[in-house]
Amino acid sequence: MSKKTTQGTPSEMENIKEKSDYLRGSLVESFADPITSSIPDAETKLLKFHGSYMQDDRDLRQERKQQKLEPAYQFMVRVRLPGGVATPEQWLVMDDLANRYGNGTLKLTTRQTFQMHGVLKWNMKKSIQAMDRALMDSLAACGDVNRNVMCNANPYQSNIHAEVHEWARKLSDDLLPRTRAYHEIWLDEEKVLDRSEIIEPMYGPQYLPRKFKIGVAVPPSNDVDIFSQDLGFIAILEDGKLQGFNVAVGGGMGMTHGDPNTYPQLSRIIGFCSPEKIVEVAEKIITIQRDYGDRSERKYARFKYTIDRRGLEWVRTELNNRLGWNLEEERSYHFDHNGDRYGWLKGDGKWHLTLFIQNGRIVDSRDSEIMTGLREIAKVHTGDFRLTPNQNLIIASVSEEKKSEIEALVEKYGLTDGRQNSALRRNSMACVAFPTCGLAMAEAERYLPSLIDKIEVIVDEAGLRDEEIVIRMSGCPNSCSRPTLGEIAFIGKAPGKYNMYLGAGFVGDRLSKLYKENIGEEEILQSLKPILFKFAKEKEENEHFGDYVIRAGYVERVHSGLDFHK
Amino acid sequence: MQFEVMNSPFNQEQTELLNRLLPTLTETQKIWLSGYLSVRGETESVATTDPASKQNESERETREITVLYGSHTGNCQSLAESFFQKLENEEYKVTLSSLDDFKPKALKNVKDLLLLTSTHGDGDPPDNALSFYDYLFSNRAPEVEDLRYSVLSLGDSSYEFFCQTGKDFDQRLEELGGTRLYPRADCDLDFEEPAEEWFEGVFAVLNDSPLSEESAKREVSTHGTYSRTNPFKAQILENVNLNGRGSNKETRHLELDLEGSGLEYEPGDSLGIYPENDTKLVDQLIEEMKWDPKEEVPINKNGDLQSLSDALTKTYEITSLTKPLLEKLASLTPNEELPTILNAESEELKTYLYGRDLIDLIRAFGPWPVTAKEFIGVLRRIPVRLYSIASSSKANPDEVHLTIGALRYDAHGRKRAGVCSGQCAERSLPGDELPVFVQKNQNFRLPDHPDTPVIMIGAGTGVAPYRAFLQEREETGSQGDTWLFFGEQHFVTDFLYQIEWQKWLKKGVLSKMDVAFSRDTDEKVYVQHRMLERSKELYEWLEAGAHVYVCGDEKYMAKDVHAALVTIVREEREISESEAEAYLADLRNEKRYQRDVY
Repeated sequence: MSKKTTQGTPSEMENIKEKSDYLRGSLVESFADPITSSIPDAETKLLKFHGSYMQDDRDLRQERKQQKLEPAYQFMVRVRLPGGVATPEQWLVMDDLANRYGNGTLKLTTRQTFQMHGVLKWNMKKSIQAMDRALMDSLAACGDVNRNVMCNANPYQSNIHAEVHEWARKLSDDLLPRTRAYHEIWLDEEKVLDRSEIIEPMYGPQYLPRKFKIGVAVPPSNDVDIFSQDLGFIAILEDGKLQGFNVAVGGGMGMTHGDPNTYPQLSRIIGFCSPEKIVEVAEKIITIQRDYGDRSERKYARFKYTIDRRGLEWVRTELNNRLGWNLEEERSYHFDHNGDRYGWLKGDGKWHLTLFIQNGRIVDSRDSEIMTGLREIAKVHTGDFRLTPNQNLIIASVSEEKKSEIEALVEKYGLTDGRQNSALRRNSMACVAFPTCGLAMAEAERYLPSLIDKIEVIVDEAGLRDEEIVIRMSGCPNSCSRPTLGEIAFIGKAPGKYNMYLGAGFVGDRLSKLYKENIGEEEILQSLKPILFKFAKEKEENEHFGDYVIRAGYVERVHSGLDFHK
Repeated sequence: MQFEVMNSPFNQEQTELLNRLLPTLTETQKIWLSGYLSVRGETESVATTDPASKQNESERETREITVLYGSHTGNCQSLAESFFQKLENEEYKVTLSSLDDFKPKALKNVKDLLLLTSTHGDGDPPDNALSFYDYLFSNRAPEVEDLRYSVLSLGDSSYEFFCQTGKDFDQRLEELGGTRLYPRADCDLDFEEPAEEWFEGVFAVLNDSPLSEESAKREVSTHGTYSRTNPFKAQILENVNLNGRGSNKETRHLELDLEGSGLEYEPGDSLGIYPENDTKLVDQLIEEMKWDPKEEVPINKNGDLQSLSDALTKTYEITSLTKPLLEKLASLTPNEELPTILNAESEELKTYLYGRDLIDLIRAFGPWPVTAKEFIGVLRRIPVRLYSIASSSKANPDEVHLTIGALRYDAHGRKRAGVCSGQCAERSLPGDELPVFVQKNQNFRLPDHPDTPVIMIGAGTGVAPYRAFLQEREETGSQGDTWLFFGEQHFVTDFLYQIEWQKWLKKGVLSKMDVAFSRDTDEKVYVQHRMLERSKELYEWLEAGAHVYVCGDEKYMAKDVHAALVTIVREEREISESEAEAYLADLRNEKRYQRDVY
């Protein structure tokens, strides 16, 4: 079946997957070991497929080592929540779990789902079972499989949203691993020993070479950053009716510092398909990556590299062959932003409130009781919650009668649509980074707000308070907050040190370019100040910051990920 | 050293000649000869053929190479592993370890060291090199005059402090007296080639090295003159809290320097400490009594004098009240309440004494129309505190480690702390000194035979001697099975010495471990519950000749553990309770059931 053409010995991870008995490994035994709150390294890799990363509190790592204690190991659980839609009941379950077993906060991720941090080993099963009772799971939320499928959180065209979201959910469900490992390990499902049928018809025993991400966009909003996805579907509407999707392939944000063979890349459109073909197209594309992705070097394994090695035409032909029919010509579409539109909006007879949640962190603080407030809203809300790709939250489908009740709770607990903030802050995004993320090289979520405080001073002085500029920060080049699609972006290199990138397209259609390397706060502010002032003075009508810095010659335009490092 | 054909490259005749000659040489002659030979070796090495390669082989067997690495992303580790493999293939004797897994003290004995490290963040060592790094840069770092070394550093030149850690190690080892056997190589992200070149360079030097002379071992006087009556002032090397943030407990791990003391101890022994009172308490007391802190007062029958404030700090006990003390003090005050308390029911007196100290008493029962000299004449000397030693001297020559639970509580409106534990927790920094002596404890000894299995049961600081036991068994390579039961409040914060048990479990030094964290679950679980859960296996161990040790709190833990042992024996043997008690009594008589409880 497999037509592997990549060279080199398979990486250790391939071996682990193959020997795991379809993602079982020795997770049961490892979670039963009472001497450590960790699990062995190989098991952590399998655990990702179950939606969880083992982490430790990095703030305490050195201190605990001196105390002869193992690191403060804990688990992050990421929910699979297609399109970021959750019911009020599901919200309440996540809120309860976060407070009971987690660190008392929830993170709304850049891929529209919940992350709960700080879960101890012995509470993992209880957490996953509680999620299961609320019809949520964490299966395939991480790992070398199709991850949580993103979908435009469209607040103003609810009927279209419902239809497109249904396709996103279907993609997510149909592309799930078929192994029963998750159900056996966490949900006490009895192990059936019938091995006569093929267990993973699509993935095979080694799953994919690397993670795989799918998003669905509904123009004119590109909130899902469709071009950052391995596979993107752009909804094509005519007369308010869904006609089908343009198919875009080969996007991806991650790279490795110091290795120019790794780079962020944007996907390219290879054609169009009607709605009912969407799962078939996705499945065939996934099998292409399964067969041709690099399995020896994980940092070169994403679909974008497979495509860039072989060319877009090759993918199109290979796909058409596997489908047995040809994709249609791509249809025209137009994006005009990738940020969220805040506040109350009415669509299809219902009200939708987009709240600004800074960096997606649901937590009670001195300023506002976000966590308590949303809990109280969930108790009375009859519509649903939509987690946006920009880490914000929509209280969706509020009836006319309920609107004032919700409004009162928003007021009472200090929730906000962010209007009092600069447009810069409203368009900001940061990944988790320290102290829990094992990959972080520098702060992100804990630092970006205070950096923006300082940039806001410049922005105010320059008269740009209402100028929408997309600003993003990631603690490492794996780029969870899609920084190279931010008009101003920071990627961590070391504590307090960042690479600064400029010049991405405002609608998420162009990558940014490295402007300064390895700089600290002082230099960041010194660098940005003159550019922002000149921008305020020289900007043309409707010209966005990302376009301006190219016109003004601060950075070169990036046409493709292949010239990102040039 | 006596040469033999087996341990040297010489034949029978040469060996005999050398053995006759060498003992007659003076130190100066030896030095001259070694210099002469090494210079000749250099000039003649070109011409050497077959016999020389044989010589090399035997050198390789004797001159051990140590490869240490600090690695964040795994690059240095894999390089180290590959160099290790190459050296082994060449039949060198090689040791490979991450820096932090390497016992820093063993550095003294390393001959040839290849050190590979990356640099992390802003010039920092990688995580698995941090402890070693800190050690090497501390004043505990040993002199390494016999060491030859070379450093390979990996880094990323886009960072300001490129390869800093490698540079640091390189420089530090030189400062400590080491000799660079090959220059350091700093490699950028494309490290493969330069790393290989470095290794080839190192390898070439290693191939040419002459056999180094065994460095003369320092003679340490074993004749100890320090004792309980003449305590040794041991410097504190390390003092850390073993409990993580958020714990209800504070347990101090102390490492003391015994170098030059001649003090010797075995696992199971205790260390005595002469503690000092908190000077804040002393000042309060002096102020309360309106005394002169500088007044000279006698501190013993010989008439030795100390200032009042010193005497109350170092010599006399002021923190606990006893009935005899109250009786003596009653005669020093006209206050009539004090005799009333003394004559009260013993329960009432006990209640009064509990948690109160001298300051409480003088405040309550004044006035005190006496001189300082008269007053302190009734005080007793500060009692010595004994702590089960938490280290093996074989594993930690010249050091002794302690595990001390800091006692703190609020009573009668004031915050209080244990004298010695408070001192160790709050007033003892590395570099400070504590007067100590070794208290032998023959009743808490590892079995004579190293293959005898041991069952160790301890809660809280009661685990201290088991750390010594396992260090000892690791050091002596004992094969006997070991089983540890440990209990505390919370897994995350109170798992004392967690990473050490984990390491020993991995190495097999510790065969089994059961833990009970009483406050992590709804129902409180203690060590005795874990023992009962393992009843059958535990009994099998007993029958196989295991020794059982219990250490820790006497009132609760030791009693409950004993009851659990009785239950286990009774049920597994199907005998009566008194028969089970007799079974345990026999064990005790055979010294197979030993306790160190307090």
